[in-house]
Amino acid sequence: MPAAGPVVVVGFGMAAHRLVQELVERGVAAGRGVVVVGEEEHPGYDRVHLTRIAGGSDPSSLYLPGGWPDDVEVVLGQRVVAVDLAARTVRTDAGRELGYGDLVLATGSEGFVPPVADLLGDGTVVYRRIDDVLAMRHAAASVPAGAPAVVVGGGLLGLEAAGALTSLGLRVTVVEVADRLLAQQVDVGGGAVLRRLVETGGIRVVTGSGVAQVRREDGALTGVVLADGTELAARVVVVSAGIRPRDDLGRTAGLTMGERGGILVDDACRTSAPRVWAIGECACAAGRCWGLVAPAYDMAVVVADRLAGGTAVFTEADTATELKMLGVPVASAGDVHGTTPGALELVWADHVGGVYKKLVVSEDGRRLLGAVLVGDTESYGLLRALVGGELPGAPEQLVLPAVEGRAGDVALPDAALLCTYNAVSVGAVRDAVRCGDACDVPSAKGCTRAGTTCGSCVPLLKKVVESELVAAGGTVSAALCEHFAYSRQELYSLVRLRGLRTFSQVVGELGTGRGCDICKPLVASLLATLAPAHPLDGENAATQDTNDWALANLQKDGTYSVVPRLPAGEVTPAKLAVIAQVAADFGLYTKITGAQRIDLFGARLDQLPQIWQRLVDAGMESGHAYGKSLRTVKSCVGDTWCRFGVQDSVAMAVRLELRYRGLRSPHKLKSAVSGCARECAEARGKDFGVIATESGWNLYLGGNGGFTPRHADLFATDLTDDELIRCIDRFLMLYIRTADRLQRTSTWIESLEGGMDYLRSVIVDDALGICAELDADMAAHVAKYEDEWAATLADPERLARFVPFLNAPGAHDPNVVRVPERGQSRPIRDAERRPRREVLVAGPALPVGAP
Amino acid sequence: MTASVEAPRATEPSRVAVCRLDDLVVERGAAVVVDGRQVALFRLHDDRVRALSNRDPFSGAFVLCRGIVGDRAGRPVVVSPVYKQAFDLETGRCLDDDAVGVPVYETAVDHGVVHVTRPGTRALRP
Ligand code: SRM
Ligand SMILES: Cc1cc2nc3c(=O)[nH]c(=O)nc-3n(C[C@H](O)[C@H](O)[C@H](O)COP(=O)(O)OP(=O)(O)OC[C@H]3O[C@@H](n4cnc5c(N)ncnc54)[C@H](O)[C@@H]3O)c2cc1C
Ligand code: SF4
Ligand code: FES
Repeated sequence: MPAAGPVVVVGFGMAAHRLVQELVERGVAAGRGVVVVGEEEHPGYDRVHLTRIAGGSDPSSLYLPGGWPDDVEVVLGQRVVAVDLAARTVRTDAGRELGYGDLVLATGSEGFVPPVADLLGDGTVVYRRIDDVLAMRHAAASVPAGAPAVVVGGGLLGLEAAGALTSLGLRVTVVEVADRLLAQQVDVGGGAVLRRLVETGGIRVVTGSGVAQVRREDGALTGVVLADGTELAARVVVVSAGIRPRDDLGRTAGLTMGERGGILVDDACRTSAPRVWAIGECACAAGRCWGLVAPAYDMAVVVADRLAGGTAVFTEADTATELKMLGVPVASAGDVHGTTPGALELVWADHVGGVYKKLVVSEDGRRLLGAVLVGDTESYGLLRALVGGELPGAPEQLVLPAVEGRAGDVALPDAALLCTYNAVSVGAVRDAVRCGDACDVPSAKGCTRAGTTCGSCVPLLKKVVESELVAAGGTVSAALCEHFAYSRQELYSLVRLRGLRTFSQVVGELGTGRGCDICKPLVASLLATLAPAHPLDGENAATQDTNDWALANLQKDGTYSVVPRLPAGEVTPAKLAVIAQVAADFGLYTKITGAQRIDLFGARLDQLPQIWQRLVDAGMESGHAYGKSLRTVKSCVGDTWCRFGVQDSVAMAVRLELRYRGLRSPHKLKSAVSGCARECAEARGKDFGVIATESGWNLYLGGNGGFTPRHADLFATDLTDDELIRCIDRFLMLYIRTADRLQRTSTWIESLEGGMDYLRSVIVDDALGICAELDADMAAHVAKYEDEWAATLADPERLARFVPFLNAPGAHDPNVVRVPERGQSRPIRDAERRPRREVLVAGPALPVGAP
Repeated sequence: MTASVEAPRATEPSRVAVCRLDDLVVERGAAVVVDGRQVALFRLHDDRVRALSNRDPFSGAFVLCRGIVGDRAGRPVVVSPVYKQAFDLETGRCLDDDAVGVPVYETAVDHGVVHVTRPGTRALRP
């Protein structure tokens, strides 16, 4: 490669040190010369072990090995203050100007200082560099032994600092805003065990609140006040509340920045300017900034290789960490928080012994995705090696002493808790299957009680039952339930092909028995798409889920909530006034929902038609909050009002919401439209999200909040209005045809082989030749849409469903009791009911026997 | 809509007429009141009528009549609309939890009118 002047490295931290070392070894330094400029007085040192010098050792014990040839010039104690990209020069604060052939920015991070008045000053130390530790030593020495100290931040560095302060004889309180210590590395359970262990070491821990004020007398630090009002005495405060990339040099020079800061680099660590590179914590590489030394070193190696003419790339880094915090071993690796779609968590916790272990495994239980170990990290090395790979056997073999492995099975230990709510172990479920009590999910629920409360463990339950069946020589079917041997997708095709119209026909031709709570609503949903009819008519009424049957959402006390559609979140003052009046007249608890609309809670069954009559009269319609169907299309205000907007996001959101309202689907559907890339409508968290561009719309698919959040992926860019709608039409119809029951678009897309590319081939290139059908299906939906509530009100037979008691039309459930709270009313809690017994109905039409 | 039902008098026999069979939707429930008690009626596909207490023992809400009616291994069941446990319509037993059950009421359909056998007089006194 053309030798084009020296390599100038800005910053002399860990990444820079590694880079120089590599350049020397590859002969680049000898050929071109290297200049490294560091702002600190110290040459590159081992920052990771900074705390080692807190006790008084000499800082030079941390210095990384140097001894480089003369081709490397080291400039210490000077800060680079300007970069001139055109002239290819940099200037230091001492006025020195250096020309470069290649420039490498390795400026690291700085400690984040929360914006609290007077925080910085005498007695306060930001924990990042050798000089900070020296300052901390000094501060501790100038107050009496046992004086109080506060550490702001309960992350990795904060705990290190707390340990150092304790060893200096101070009484330490750690204040952490998050709900647990080491929030980055461990999950809630691990945090709880860690906290107990840290507290046993004599350190006080306050979580869930941050420092809001600093008390000083004559400039001398005396204490801090937390956001919740707690006062803590403090003579020394150490701030370690996170880090921010030092990207200001790059920013002022006009380099492209990452979304959340950091100098954006490609996989070769190149910035947006020619011959300018960035490595270490100041770089935003592979989509994020990396606050660990291993990725910093990896980037250094990549740049050295590139400068030597190679083609190395930086992709993903290992974020595994093992630390010893205050004598407590803590280790984590991989997907610590179980964010991979379908990930399952296995937890062993021994709160008495102070040991917490969690494994995150893939949906099929065969691959290890992540691990958290607190208190006992013996198996860390092995686990770390396995992250991302196949498990050799049952995972518990890796963390628990001697438990029998089970080849060919879902590799979950018998001891693992399957249903945390009902305390049912995996072993208990296996036993139930082995002795014949359970052969599927419902029967397993029945005999073990697993999965009967919040339901979040049902997917795991299903896997365990199925794999145990296979292990026992049985077979697992893709059957929906005991009534249908088909999957949802197969059933959809069959119902469509045979033109079936009612549940009886479907179960008669394709199934057995009378159906259940799984297949009935599912068939109702298929029929709603294939043969639209009012949900309360004829046989439909019997197949709907409770919510669809009442066209409202059932609440815990048997009353319902009412959500009128407010397309795009837009509402006129007049409609708002009607909603307010209805809420007041019926005593409904009123709340803005998480999706830009208004929920009215506590309506009795018989009140629903009266409430809806008034809403419909005022021009409102069902919001389908009860249905597996389109919920809302959220929007930001868009270019009509917002100075940054580039398209009319509200109008588009209204158009989409009106087009897809009432569309029944395998699970609920959510959407949003943002008027520019600032994304105030959070469109990327939605099943289909739309973000305006200068020339049209970008479409993102497969976003999800909920149990397993996922950002939507970019499907197509710069679409016109009509192109956008065509893409969404086909996407939705394909989803409705092929997804499983209760499968959101996020997991559906991930289950498609070929993922987004496959979707594009079907939707854009019509690879399956079905686009015309999909378009026609959607056109039929749009043509046949009617407001279910208006249609219900117009029909006395449908209204007959809303009578609480057939033989006492005026009576209502006396067990529904309201209690005032914050100016509204809420259901009475069990503990507040005086005599705990059933209250008898004494409606006007039905006098009960004299008391 | 429904035939108006006279309030039962204390001297009346043990059976109470509560509604017409036609008032009930096949395979859907409805609630009636018998001696102040909330009773869930279910009309099966073959027009038999079954009755359970309307109280869902898991949530404490009086909503069993609003669950989905179907069968499990051939036994007619209603599935609670709150937390989805199934209850055997013949015995009141919860099929998802052996320890739980709900009271069952006897029913009869006479000339198109549904009758429920009144619970013991004990039930009259709160
Ligand atoms: C009312 C509301 C909470 C609030 O007070 O703000 C709410 C309430 C319920 N949500 Fe939700 N969710 C509400 C916004 C959300 C959001 C936020 C959003 O939509 O922007 C999410 C995350 C986004 C997403 O879905 O991707 C959300 C994720 C869930 C989930 C998890 C879904 C998942 O994919 O994991 C469930 C459970 C389910 O559907 O299986 C759920 C289920 C429920 C149920 C139906 C639970 C139940 O069975 O009772 C609640 C019934 C509400 C009712 O009776 O009206 N709700 N729920 C919000 C109504 C929004 C609306 O106007 O329609
Ligand atoms: C107490 C502590 C404990 C840690 N523990 C761990 C751990 O256990 N595991 C782990 O993986 N990581 C740990 N880290 C993080 C690790 O130290 C960093 O990831 C690593 O040092 C990053 O290397 P870097 O070169 O990118 O940045 P740094 O090492 O921070 O170096 C950047 C250098 O550039 C200098 N500089 C900045 N701007 C300029 C300028 N304009 N001109 C000249 N010089 C400039 C700075 O002064 C600094 O010396 C820890 C960090 C600390 C502080
Ligand atoms: S998060 Fe959603 S489902 Fe959970 S309590 Fe709130 S409203 Fe209900
Ligand atoms: S964890 Fe099993 S039901 Fe919620």
